[in-house]
Amino acid sequence: MSNPQQLRYSKEHEWLSTAEDGVATVGITEFAANALGDVVYADLPAAGDTVSAGETCGELESTKSVSDLYSPVSGEVVESNQDVVDDPSLVNSAPFEGGWLFKVRVTDEPGDLLSADEYDAFSSGN
Amino acid sequence: MSNVPRHTALDALHRALGATMTDFAGWDMPLRYASERDEHNAVRNRAGLFDLSHMGEITVTGPQAVNALDYALVGNIGTIGPGRARYTMICQEDGGILDDLIVYRLAETEYMVVANAGNAQIVLDAITERAAGFDAVVRDDRDAYALIAVQGPESPGILKSVTDADLEGLKYYAGLPGTVAGVPALIARTGYTGEDGFELFVEPQHAEKLWQALTDAGKDAGLVPAGLSCRDTLRLEAGMPLYGHELTTALTPFDAGLGRVVKFEKEGDFVGRAALQAAAERAETAPPRKLVGLIAQGRRVPRAGFSVVADGKVIGEVTSGAPSPTLGRPIAMAYVDAAHAAPGTSGVGVDIRGTHEPYEVVALPFYKRQK
Repeated sequence: MSNPQQLRYSKEHEWLSTAEDGVATVGITEFAANALGDVVYADLPAAGDTVSAGETCGELESTKSVSDLYSPVSGEVVESNQDVVDDPSLVNSAPFEGGWLFKVRVTDEPGDLLSADEYDAFSSGN
Repeated sequence: MSNVPRHTALDALHRALGATMTDFAGWDMPLRYASERDEHNAVRNRAGLFDLSHMGEITVTGPQAVNALDYALVGNIGTIGPGRARYTMICQEDGGILDDLIVYRLAETEYMVVANAGNAQIVLDAITERAAGFDAVVRDDRDAYALIAVQGPESPGILKSVTDADLEGLKYYAGLPGTVAGVPALIARTGYTGEDGFELFVEPQHAEKLWQALTDAGKDAGLVPAGLSCRDTLRLEAGMPLYGHELTTALTPFDAGLGRVVKFEKEGDFVGRAALQAAAERAETAPPRKLVGLIAQGRRVPRAGFSVVADGKVIGEVTSGAPSPTLGRPIAMAYVDAAHAAPGTSGVGVDIRGTHEPYEVVALPFYKRQK
């Protein structure tokens, strides 16, 4: 699997796009989606919610387990992906594209987000 | 027992197929190969291929093998004809369930007991101890077999193409020795999926050859390798209990709604008879919690151990839960108080991390195949 170079990554396996007009998109990585298995339910933060970097802001449920969703940055949610709410399997089939989870107006981001190469190494255990 | 996970004879093959592996009862087993939902649907609509080599085989032979098993188990083993199989249980003296089992009568005085992987040692020890006074030999055959299951509506056609055995004559819960893909096998028409299907007991050295032959034979019919994850959702939809979830030593077969497997009418004493008699009477006069099905109104998934609630009170506990690929909604099996157990009972919910999600009470199973 390949992690897009233009994204940055958290150690909780979320990805973050480069902000445009202060708004960045958040999703989970292909590595995380594969580890979860078929996602069947997504509880996403709603527009207007405040999220904090490193804190839970929702949950993703798969056949075998439920996992907390962490926000990689702090800010205000401006949109969540209704397509994923309606069809959570998008998280598995297109984790970096149609399976994005929410867009956030970033107020603060931690300094320890990883580059694609760093995340490759992190997620492969090296 | 060591903590090093055990590997089946098909381990290298699973890894070559890219399986996600998981620890199950001390065995490193395939959880899924790709999407567990696709594997589930393949078994419902076409066919799936499972490695079940972790299951524990125990062979009992000798002139009094049948008497030893009648004493050790709660079923009426004496009524199993040669070449037939029976679902039964082994209980403690106090009636608590040690395991659920399938017993195959392989020959006139030869029986094979198949136990769950996690209980195989306990069952082996119990049967060995209980058979001590009988003219019978109990043999640990756990390492003697690999077990491959082909399950799903296409499975008879697939198996037929690689064996000359009389599959039409092989009824549900029957088994016969034969040759499959050139390999000697015990062919049993049993399974744990709610579909038609077969379980093939073979020597471990032949497992890869058989797996490959079935994979090739099933290609056009849409057979896929299937892992333990879909096996769990398949058996859950079919309302089949899983040891450690619906069945435990804290429950008797009567508590589990499976009192029918206890055969008081059989000759002679058997371990647990007195306690089970009392449990049967208790079940008549004061109904225990009942095993029911629950179907979610919403999409959050109930898990084992979650509380079942009504009017703000806990009235039961979920024993198994998963998103059901066939129903398209989360489902669960749960033990609930008799007052809330009738199908259609309103106001029942499951406490999912603090939120009471509404659930519909239904009779089991959730899914029954069209015959």
